[in-house]
Amino acid sequence: MPQMNENRVCESQEMGRILARIAAEIVARNKGCQKLALVGILTRGVCLARRLQEIIRETFGQELSLGVLDITLYRDDLSRATHHPVLRKTEIPFSLDGATVVLVDDVLYTGRTVRAAMDGLIDFGRPQSIQLAVLVDRGCRELPISADYIGVEVPASPQDRVMVRVAESDGFDLVTVTPRSAFQGE
Amino acid sequence: MGFRRKDLLGTRDLSAVEIRTLLESAESFKEIAERPLKKVPALRGKTVVNLFFEPSTRTRTSFEIAAKRLSADAVNISASTSSVVKGESLVDTVDNIQAMAPDIIVVRHKFVGAAHLIAERIGASVVNAGDGANEHPTQALLDLLTISEHKKLEPGLTVAIIGDIAHSRVARSNIWALTTLGITVRVCAPPTMLPRGLEEIAGVRVCRRPEEALEGADVVMMLRIQLERQDRLLFPSVRDYARIFGLNRQRLELACPDAIVMHPGPMNRGVEITSEVADGKHSVILNQVSNGVALRMAVLFLLGGQGRE
Amino acid sequence: MSEKKSSLLLKNGRLIDAGQNLDGKFDIFLVDGKVKEVASDLDVVADQVIDLDGLWVLPGAIDLHVHLREPGYEYKETILSGAEAAVAGGFTSIACMANTYPINDNAAVTRFILEQARSAPAKVLPIAAISKGMQGEVLVEMGDLVEAGAVAFSDDGKTVPNSKLLRHALEYASLFDKPLLCHCQDDALFADGVIHEGMISAGHGLAGIPSLAEEIDIARTIMLAEYLKVSVHICHLSSRGGVELVRAAKARGVRVTAEATPHHLFLDERAVVDLAYREALDETVKPSMLCYNTNSKMSPPLRAAEDVAALRQALAEGTIDVVATDHAPHEATEKAVEYSLAPFGVIGLETALALALRLVQEGDLTLLQMVARMSLAPAAILGLDDRGTLAPGMAADLMIVDPEREWVVDPAKFQSKARNTPFTGWRLKGRVIKTIVDGRVVFSS
Repeated sequence: MPQMNENRVCESQEMGRILARIAAEIVARNKGCQKLALVGILTRGVCLARRLQEIIRETFGQELSLGVLDITLYRDDLSRATHHPVLRKTEIPFSLDGATVVLVDDVLYTGRTVRAAMDGLIDFGRPQSIQLAVLVDRGCRELPISADYIGVEVPASPQDRVMVRVAESDGFDLVTVTPRSAFQGE
Repeated sequence: MGFRRKDLLGTRDLSAVEIRTLLESAESFKEIAERPLKKVPALRGKTVVNLFFEPSTRTRTSFEIAAKRLSADAVNISASTSSVVKGESLVDTVDNIQAMAPDIIVVRHKFVGAAHLIAERIGASVVNAGDGANEHPTQALLDLLTISEHKKLEPGLTVAIIGDIAHSRVARSNIWALTTLGITVRVCAPPTMLPRGLEEIAGVRVCRRPEEALEGADVVMMLRIQLERQDRLLFPSVRDYARIFGLNRQRLELACPDAIVMHPGPMNRGVEITSEVADGKHSVILNQVSNGVALRMAVLFLLGGQGRE
Repeated sequence: MSEKKSSLLLKNGRLIDAGQNLDGKFDIFLVDGKVKEVASDLDVVADQVIDLDGLWVLPGAIDLHVHLREPGYEYKETILSGAEAAVAGGFTSIACMANTYPINDNAAVTRFILEQARSAPAKVLPIAAISKGMQGEVLVEMGDLVEAGAVAFSDDGKTVPNSKLLRHALEYASLFDKPLLCHCQDDALFADGVIHEGMISAGHGLAGIPSLAEEIDIARTIMLAEYLKVSVHICHLSSRGGVELVRAAKARGVRVTAEATPHHLFLDERAVVDLAYREALDETVKPSMLCYNTNSKMSPPLRAAEDVAALRQALAEGTIDVVATDHAPHEATEKAVEYSLAPFGVIGLETALALALRLVQEGDLTLLQMVARMSLAPAAILGLDDRGTLAPGMAADLMIVDPEREWVVDPAKFQSKARNTPFTGWRLKGRVIKTIVDGRVVFSS
């Protein structure tokens, strides 16, 4: 359940509007593109990519392919990870060669996940271009990566916790920022 | 939760959760074999040593491919090329290999406990790729992975294991893993190749005749018969063995209609299994081989991809 | 003058001596290497007086089954190091088996052993082989060997497969009243086995040695002794079936005696994978290997839990006459190998007494029974009429034990050259603090 002292950035309705805007931007920017596809990064990126696919189908009548990417095998911190990695299944049921791929993730932070995701994608083929859509950009990049489509910008310090919850996996839609003091002593 | 061991030495002491974690991870790795570019960087910079004191082209190749698809550097050391043949002890050999700082050592040895001896001695992760007649955990896990493609791995499933149980590490590892998941296991062997008391210690049903073991079985696992055992008074002749214990089409009809037939290889065609069955529609023997790579990738990944620095 | 010089008075100790059926506070007066007097409140003038309040005095233990490895394998153990281990464990006499290199099958080797033993702190008694080269084909020159000092005959480590040869050995040895100590094993059934054929061999794929391999040969040995009306001693009983054979033979009047080792009385097959004992170990001293520990490998093998129970019962009732260690030293690197390649055997001289005391603590034996099995009975079997008890006139061979002293088995502290004990890390209670041989203190902790 949401905590008392977390700041709500956006809730369900707001999230719907944001996704609709991103969907429109994706369509506008890639007008005339023959092979446009969405690839969600597990776990919440996939939920968001599905919603974008649905919005684009209903609003613009375009059917985009959808892929699922697990970046565990491409992480650069495997040997330093204190938790034990859990591997899930990657599914890219279409050819990436020559495609324009929109990577979808919930939060853009250091950029390492996106770096790993691009490495992973390229192992499946040679896309024409890769674009990035994120629901939240919280700053604090460690790699030269920026998003093409941003839902909300939430400047947060590395100590803060930014969380995206989506109905598909969490039961409700919610983006929160919890300042450091709220979970000190955990 | 998950799999948090330094070594994979056997299935005997694996929990159901650990077994399922390994199988689920392996399931994810299957996809990599279908990619045009069959390589991921997960174990880049890691060294996997395949230390084989017993020749085994299949298992060694399977581990080697698994390691390479994870971008690890795979080094093969076999007894014939190492100093093992020059009278060096296992401990000396292992100390020497340890000095080269490998991350994972895959060991095949003709004697029980060799992998355990190594694992207790060194910091690298050790995967037992077969120690004597004791355990061969990755074979059992890939067998389970193969079964799971056709059947639900849960109580109610019946697996018949037929052949030289006493000398089979494949049988033992399968028995431990299957019974841990609550699956019914029947074993059948010539009485000379059946360990006394197996029924009580392993919770399996011992069948005197293969017909009894096959009756309604969902999975039939045939074991390789070591032809040289003939000289040790364990069975009178290959012909006699094939006649009584070999799996042929008629016998297979006793099993359930959609039964699958497995064999860890290499097969003695016409002895423990007829070609007709080995190549027939019930056979999943080649699936076992391809699943072997995925399963071993999962094992190497889970052992080598964790922070133990 | 000379009497005064070498006299020693042990005051206020609790004497436990099965030979005199004594258990109580007695003073013991030792003169010229012999027991002079045993009584309460002795009032004598002695060269030296030791007060033993709170301590126990036991006749020196006699081990009729050790391997000292000299000549030939001095890197494993020497007569001197083995004897030092013996006195550290309360043993004042040890009989050493013939499987040295060269084998003790002729008087020259027997004399060599006795010569080496002259500087040893314990009394070393050579056991000669039964057959030349222990090949089971030709009898050794028994008369010559007895004259040289052999106290018994044994091909221990091997059986005597030829029943005719075994028959003649039993017959011929009876001429000298020297016992045959028989290692009973059917070689074909033993085959390439490395552990007991039971739940661990079945589960772990290690080649099994069935109890039957021992029992069949025990039966054969007993039948021969019964037919020939001679005595015979069965080494290291390990199985319930073996116990039953010996019990039935004794009931028929067969002159058979038997021994059991501390490891067979305390450990079962599970020690191979260490399932049963891990929790009991002291944290500070742990064996180098917990699983497939080669210090659980010996012949006969550690058997099932029910066999251990049968051995304990047989020891209490007297079916098993003797606790013998089968002290079998091996160098560390020889044991640090694959289980199947490791040599058979474990050491026992420095842990046997505390383990025997544990049998008393656990209620399996009385103290007097324990002393009988450790001292009186082995002396009788070997025909040593000057020891095994502390009656006046007997050799002043004894040990002083602190019954309350608790200690942890740490092989690094052993006097033996070898470290191959299965009891590493065990917490034991009761320790030898002084050992006296022929009135002389040869060990003091």
